[in-house]
Amino acid sequence: MKKKEILFITGILVFALGLWAVMAAVRRGSYGSIRITINGEEYGTYSLAQDQRIIIGDTNICEIKNGKVKMTEADCPDHLCMKQPAIGSSGGSIVCLPNKVVIEGEKTAGSGDESPEFDTVV
Amino acid sequence: MYQKKIAYLGIFAAIAIIFGYVESLVPFFAGIPGIKLGLANLAVLFVLEKYTWKEASLVSSVRILVIGFLFGNMFSILYSLAGAALSLSVMTLMKKKSGFSILGISVSGGVSHNIGQLLIAALVLQNTGFLYYTPVLLISGVITGLLIGILTQEVLKRVR
Repeated sequence: MKKKEILFITGILVFALGLWAVMAAVRRGSYGSIRITINGEEYGTYSLAQDQRIIIGDTNICEIKNGKVKMTEADCPDHLCMKQPAIGSSGGSIVCLPNKVVIEGEKTAGSGDESPEFDTVV
Repeated sequence: MYQKKIAYLGIFAAIAIIFGYVESLVPFFAGIPGIKLGLANLAVLFVLEKYTWKEASLVSSVRILVIGFLFGNMFSILYSLAGAALSLSVMTLMKKKSGFSILGISVSGGVSHNIGQLLIAALVLQNTGFLYYTPVLLISGVITGLLIGILTQEVLKRVR
């Protein structure tokens, strides 16, 4: 391989990695939000951008930290919801069945929901 | 000489179609959706080296239409044509102007193929949300282009 070809290929790779870094930085800046419902009724929508503690009714408490939300306290016997992994803007949900509390991550643009459908491309 | 060339181009088109079919059997390359090796480009690249861009585009179009009608749909033909058209134009330009070897030409072809498909996808879907996939496609274009380039180089050494 000639020198300028290596330069050409490295150029593309550097450009791609740079683009990647920029996109990752942009995406990190735009947090999504979470929606909390109790028994199917909407309790509130909260931005993931700022760290906060949300008291849900008088049964559960969840905490937003670093763009992710986790259930921290619940008065139900088994505490299964507290063991569920933290969710962020990529979607997902935390469910506390006994108290009928559901926390849903709302997807933001560019976080994977617009992923193109690949069919046979020849 | 003329008939011989037609026969050869027919063979290359057939090889490209078979490669395209074999590849459609393997949905994912390296575990990333939407990434494929582009084996069919091996035949096109070979023709581009042996003849000119005219023959290469002929072989490429025949392959896309046949594969598209057999296994794909209107959109897969559209995407493929966009990728192939840009890829072939860039490769022809590279071959004429840059002085790159077959490896560099293949890499430029692989990358521009992916860019062409992204552009047509942006046009068809009227949406730019999926453009976050661009870096992945650029890098995969380099890797697959390099692999195909090496393969073509080896084939060119052995086939005259």
